[in-house]
Amino acid sequence: MNLSVTLKGQRHALTLKNPVLTASGTFGYGTEFAPYGDLASLGGFIVKGLSLKPRYGNPSPRIVETTAGMLNAIGLQNNGVEHFCHTTLPALPWRDTAVIANIYASSIEEFGELAARLDAEEGVAALEVNISCPNVKQGGVQFGQDPGMAAAVTRRVCDSAPHKHVMVKLSPNVTNIAAMAKSVEDAGADSISCINTLLGMAVDLRRRRPRLANVVGGLSGPCIKPVALRCVWQVARAVNIPIVGVGGIVTAEDALEFICVGAAAVQVGTANFIRPDAAFAIAQELPEACERAGAASPAELCGTFTTD
Amino acid sequence: MNTPSASLLTVLDLVPFGQTGPENFFFALRLSNPGWTEWRPGQFMMLRPTNFGLEMPWARPFSICHMTKRHLICFFQVVGKGTKRMAQLKPGDTVRVWGPLGSAFAIEADTPTLLLAGGMGIVPFVGYAHRHPKPWNISMLFGHRQPAGCYPIDSLNERITVDSLRELESGDLDDLIFTIEERIKEYAEQKGLVLACGPLPFLKTVQTFAAQHGARAQLSLENRMACGVGACLGCVSKTTEKWPDHEENAGLVRVCKHGPVFWSDQVVL
Repeated sequence: MNLSVTLKGQRHALTLKNPVLTASGTFGYGTEFAPYGDLASLGGFIVKGLSLKPRYGNPSPRIVETTAGMLNAIGLQNNGVEHFCHTTLPALPWRDTAVIANIYASSIEEFGELAARLDAEEGVAALEVNISCPNVKQGGVQFGQDPGMAAAVTRRVCDSAPHKHVMVKLSPNVTNIAAMAKSVEDAGADSISCINTLLGMAVDLRRRRPRLANVVGGLSGPCIKPVALRCVWQVARAVNIPIVGVGGIVTAEDALEFICVGAAAVQVGTANFIRPDAAFAIAQELPEACERAGAASPAELCGTFTTD
Repeated sequence: MNTPSASLLTVLDLVPFGQTGPENFFFALRLSNPGWTEWRPGQFMMLRPTNFGLEMPWARPFSICHMTKRHLICFFQVVGKGTKRMAQLKPGDTVRVWGPLGSAFAIEADTPTLLLAGGMGIVPFVGYAHRHPKPWNISMLFGHRQPAGCYPIDSLNERITVDSLRELESGDLDDLIFTIEERIKEYAEQKGLVLACGPLPFLKTVQTFAAQHGARAQLSLENRMACGVGACLGCVSKTTEKWPDHEENAGLVRVCKHGPVFWSDQVVL
């Protein structure tokens, strides 16, 4: 079965050997999962969010399990883009699969600087712009909740990284996700990934305190799949650029549901914690699941959902 | 260096330890052999029974209690909803396990070695005592609250000397702390090795005395984990090194990847 998909962006196309990517923050820098499967068997992987300077992240506890999901408030801890380019990237199998850099900044200028730095790296196949992190005080979701700000960030990243496919990751914590999508499309985005986590919290009743040190965090996992499907469907009807669906995907069937409502590719996130070989298993089971769904390929299934 | 792997294992049996009431809270879970080529005492595994469904997405980290050619043993106490569900496992049920993960306790065959175990902290020392080439060089001090029969102490008694101190009244804790200090001082003088595993206050006590008396000590830390493989950054702990960009901040290490066993002077508890 031909599993290959091409995200035909307005500026750059990104061809993936199959539609299965892993979501930023759930897959480290890929190498952590190398003992459990062949990284080259994935369509690609999106590395942990990068910032211009090292970021310390939030205090602990940073994570908590919830019913059919989890909350995280890591706060984008990372060693900074220079460390990534010098130390991490050279050791990644970027010749064999797409390595996508997720980027975060607290100002438009910083987004530009970060994008320009990564534009020079041959090993980076695309940039995923994080304007939807609920766990950082500056930037993050404030860019992702205002269509004008989202467009400004997108435009700056596209200008600063002229050689890279630019994917913009949308937040579900908005009133009208279709309007956000349209706005980043108009600003030049090549593709859209949705959704990032939903803002949530958990309470320790005995102590009458929050279970996360940051009080609130991002909800992910199987419990958010219906919300994510709805968002992908709404975005698909609003824009012409390709969409990468993410949110609660655990099985190959889950992945195909996203593809059916309009995603060209998907990201596997929290499922990587359910079992470390989850993304590899989904990629492997995709052809059979596709056949069961009566489609000749994922590309053929894409966007065939109808409400008639 | 041992490469971890993930596999679906079969439950051979679940053996209750130390009947303390109508319900059992301590269990040895015997699983089919995962086929690991190598493991070292102090390392851990992520374990997720199939009966967690999608309701509980996380696996739980457990010390490797012991492994033989035939089986892998995990020892647990029922403390939350995950372990409660684990207490319902039956022979033939399946459990996804990935490991062996993380760092291990130092094994120095000819060095007098003191094991300090607090409660369930005894678990990794079962494997340690069995894998140590000269077990007569090891002795253990075991502080616990539940009756000794709740813990896997029999398999230790056959290999090493265990001094057991049960904490029943408030004064018992003072005795335990006093004894810990005495023993650490003794091992520091003979240039021995001190290894500790137990609850956080227990580890802090060991760390303080090890620093005071100049003992070489390793501590096994515990934390909430989602991935167990160093990816999610949920289990970070502070270190004595500084974080690159923030002069005022302690460095951060992933307990699952650089730990769970650290030299006592490396971590800030």
